[in-house]
Amino acid sequence: MSAWLSQSVSARDEETSAPICLVGEAMVADKCGALYWPDESMLVVADLHLEKGSSFARFRNHLPPYDTAATLRQLSLLMDTYQPKRVIALGDSVHDRSAWERFSDTDRATLSDLCNRVDDWIWIAGNHDPEPPVGVPGRSAQELAIGSLVFRHEPGGDLTNGQAEVAGHLHPAARVIGKGGSARRPAFAHDGQRLILPAFGAYAGGLCLSAEPFRALFKKSAMRASVCGRTRMFTVPGNRILGWR
Amino acid sequence: MPTRARCFLNVQPTLPVPDLPPAFTAWFDGKGWAPRQHQLALLARADAKRDTLLIAPTGAGKTLAGFLPSLVDLAGRKTVRRTNRPGGLHTLYISPLKALAVDVARNLTTPAEEMGLPIRIETRTGDTPAARRQRQKRNPPDILLTTPEQLALLLSHVDADRMFGGVKRVIFDELHALVTSKRGDLLALGLARLRKHAPDLVTTGLSATVADPDALAGWLAPQNTENSDRADIVTVAGGAQPDISILESEERLPWAGHMARYAFPQVLEAIAAHGTTLVFVNTRAQAELVFRELWAINEDSLPIALHHGSLDVGQRRKVEEAMAKNALRAVVATSTLDLGIDWGDVDLVVHVGAPKGASRLAQRIGRSNHRMDEPSKAILVPANRFEVLECRAALNANYDRAQDTPPIRDGALDVLAQHVLGMACSDAFAVDDLYDEVRSAYPYRLLTAESFDRVVQFVATGGYALKTYERYARIRQRKDGLWRVANPDVAQQYRLNVGTIIEMPVLTVRLVSAKQAAQRSSNALRGGRILGQVEEYFLETLVPGDSFLFGGEVVKFEGIREQDALVSRTESGEPKIPSYAGGKFPLSTYLADEVRRMLSSPDSWDDLPTQVGDWLRMQRDKSALPGRDGLLVETFPRGNRHYMICYPFEGRLAHQTLGMLLTRRMERARAKPLGFVATDYALGVWGLADFGRKISDGSMPLDELFAQSMLGDDLEEWMGESYLLKRTFRACALISGLIERRHPGQEKSGRQMTVSSDLIYDVLRQHEPDHILMQSTWADAASGLLDIARIGSMLARIEDRITHQRLERISPLAVPIMLEIGKEPVFGEARDQVLEDAESLIEEAMVGSTTPSK
Repeated sequence: MSAWLSQSVSARDEETSAPICLVGEAMVADKCGALYWPDESMLVVADLHLEKGSSFARFRNHLPPYDTAATLRQLSLLMDTYQPKRVIALGDSVHDRSAWERFSDTDRATLSDLCNRVDDWIWIAGNHDPEPPVGVPGRSAQELAIGSLVFRHEPGGDLTNGQAEVAGHLHPAARVIGKGGSARRPAFAHDGQRLILPAFGAYAGGLCLSAEPFRALFKKSAMRASVCGRTRMFTVPGNRILGWR
Repeated sequence: MPTRARCFLNVQPTLPVPDLPPAFTAWFDGKGWAPRQHQLALLARADAKRDTLLIAPTGAGKTLAGFLPSLVDLAGRKTVRRTNRPGGLHTLYISPLKALAVDVARNLTTPAEEMGLPIRIETRTGDTPAARRQRQKRNPPDILLTTPEQLALLLSHVDADRMFGGVKRVIFDELHALVTSKRGDLLALGLARLRKHAPDLVTTGLSATVADPDALAGWLAPQNTENSDRADIVTVAGGAQPDISILESEERLPWAGHMARYAFPQVLEAIAAHGTTLVFVNTRAQAELVFRELWAINEDSLPIALHHGSLDVGQRRKVEEAMAKNALRAVVATSTLDLGIDWGDVDLVVHVGAPKGASRLAQRIGRSNHRMDEPSKAILVPANRFEVLECRAALNANYDRAQDTPPIRDGALDVLAQHVLGMACSDAFAVDDLYDEVRSAYPYRLLTAESFDRVVQFVATGGYALKTYERYARIRQRKDGLWRVANPDVAQQYRLNVGTIIEMPVLTVRLVSAKQAAQRSSNALRGGRILGQVEEYFLETLVPGDSFLFGGEVVKFEGIREQDALVSRTESGEPKIPSYAGGKFPLSTYLADEVRRMLSSPDSWDDLPTQVGDWLRMQRDKSALPGRDGLLVETFPRGNRHYMICYPFEGRLAHQTLGMLLTRRMERARAKPLGFVATDYALGVWGLADFGRKISDGSMPLDELFAQSMLGDDLEEWMGESYLLKRTFRACALISGLIERRHPGQEKSGRQMTVSSDLIYDVLRQHEPDHILMQSTWADAASGLLDIARIGSMLARIEDRITHQRLERISPLAVPIMLEIGKEPVFGEARDQVLEDAESLIEEAMVGSTTPSK
């Protein structure tokens, strides 16, 4: 076999992430759906929805129970890449309140290891997980302010002058132009004042940016979407996103 | 391989024919008829309690043959009936179409009444009112006519044993059409269950001629038991050789397109010259166009009607009734008419477009002439030059009575999962017993115990051995070891999800003006004429600004608003999405081989129209002819692009998959491919690098480009992204019950309650690639939307047999596919531009030639 057949089209490193600027702070959006803040050596992930698969079992719907393992594996790879000192999970880290009890021993051990790899792990409360987690390391908080950034689960909360918001909850996804057609992919939505992360969980799904909840949250013309392609990130203006006003 | 059908009544072994009861002989005498030989043969077989397959052309009296033994038996039962309780269900009739069941009920009731037989004949379909369904369960009719889905539902009820315990006969109509799909799998499992309720039941299959009658005969008989595993076969071949011709025209034969517009005046003449004509087309778009164009020149206002699947049901019924009353001169129809609804007398069948398969054509031609000893008459109308070859191949095949119906596949595991749940709803089962029962169904005769156990575990708890899942099992093993549904809600859920037909979500296509669209304000985009409906998955491949073909027009996609897809008329743009309007059926491998044979043997060109012969001779002079077993690859520059055209003749679906995989490889070879287009015959790729040079200098060797390894890593990689494969997985997930169907009214709550099948697919592919649903998806992909099996055999066939022609300019054979890039039928403003483009292509290809074929 010739060389050209065995080499794969490797995505250039600089394309697997996209820069995002939020009130002057330089952030990096990774194509796996996580946010990295280099100045603080901090990794942010939203809406892990761990054990979502097993939560459906109550309705006798037996989804393949690999979503927790898949999500943690992805997170582990990201931590290898960025080597953060701090990790923030932006709420809805588990799908329901009894999820912590359903963790397999392996998954629980994996998660504990991940938590112990950093100096500080913060579990922000979400609507699916208002209570602090059980049996895993890390501290809990309703929200967290670092510098001029406020980290909370639901976007649209109070901000003092000069502050910007980093949130999750809505699972943004964008339908945008790709090669040979459109693609609907998870996306970071931001306008310089607010940033909403895509859902990180393997079974978490997405909500199109054309949906109502996004309209009040972003300045119409300033909204950008950093879209998680399969091999690279694309940053596109609102007018190239299907249904953005 | 195709087989030759026998041209006479063939019955082995012969059995003594029982006497008909007096009421029957009187009825036949009264009509001036005599029972036909095969009708008596079936009676004899039923008397001997032997399963029987009747293969006969349309018009042979198949339906009466199928029911005669039941009617005779029931006529004898009537004296007993007065003294006993109702005799119960005697005969079950299963048809693939609701409409066919209703039609057959009507055709059966008349003779039964005329003979004075006190027989209750009823239908049961999705449309049957709830009250009547209840009554049918309490007090079943003597003969029940229904569909595979309804049978599955009835078998899942707790009182199924009472309802079906007395069944004597089961009749399967249009068996050839049922067995090749997942519906056939479900039905085969249903038959296995019926046999458990009524061990002595006798089956009768009614079928058109097929390539492998033995497989059908096996389908009708129980497998892996002590009984005979093969039904007797009674074959009635059409008496007279059909009179088929290919329409010859003085007009210029089109290079591309599927509409055959050139031939409409001649088609109208043929309609005028015959009593009743059926005009068959391949797609709804073709039906609409042919209908409109025929009326445009229909100066005598001959009554010509239209019939296809997306028309309103009321409208279709009206056409059917008018046809039955002989009030119409012609009906333009799609495949909704393929199956055996009684249409009164048809004098001529006109087939517009490619026949796609020899058997398919034979079945359609069989529609003409209900007196089977007279020849059927048919005219084939090729819409372009390649279709001339295909029509000729199909005509030859018909003359040889060759058949190319698809084989019966191995039973699908997702269907089996659905069935296992249904059986647990009906009654407790022991795994070993149900396994034996399932293996008695022909498609599952080779099923391993291990696979069956996995399916049972999947149905119970997903099969992941998790405590949390076991607590909420759907079926559960009782203390006595038998499995039973765990909760009445599960049975309710099963009933909402039964069946194997997955209807894709559709959106309404609404036309807005380009000006409104430009404003992009939500108010401006309201209103507008509805053009029709299109499947959601297709729209997901488009971005605003893309143009596509809909209802014969090129429209520009503007966006989606709620359940509407908004489009505007457009004047420009190559619709870059490969043929949406193209035929659904790929060219059969048999016809493809026949076409390649004709191309490679110039002696046979004398049978072709002069224009086509000239075209092929010019191809031979300017490039080369595709060999029968090899692959011709041409490269040439045009404009600022380079083109590579290859001619595998494997059908559009296989070519699309091949296009996806080839372009990946070409990208890695730095050939900078930009796009591709696929037809039934050829695949064309265009791009920026000089393909011809890269092939010649060895930087992109063809034998490696087309190596079988393409189906390894490249396919694996592409699988992760292929929406076609995800769509296939979704169907398997729905059929197996992993995710639930969306039902009208519960969309909102439903959407919040389900995990997208795409996400499940991604996780499964990584964590359990041999999951039974992944196996099921692969099996479907091999033959379905991706047609991977066909690519595999093609790549093996062409190994070391690839011919590269590095050309200065486009070749004659490449013109049709190059025209597809500009899209087939174009109406409105864009037409002239495309025609101009077509003209320049043809001139370029034929430059310097002495016999311009224009």
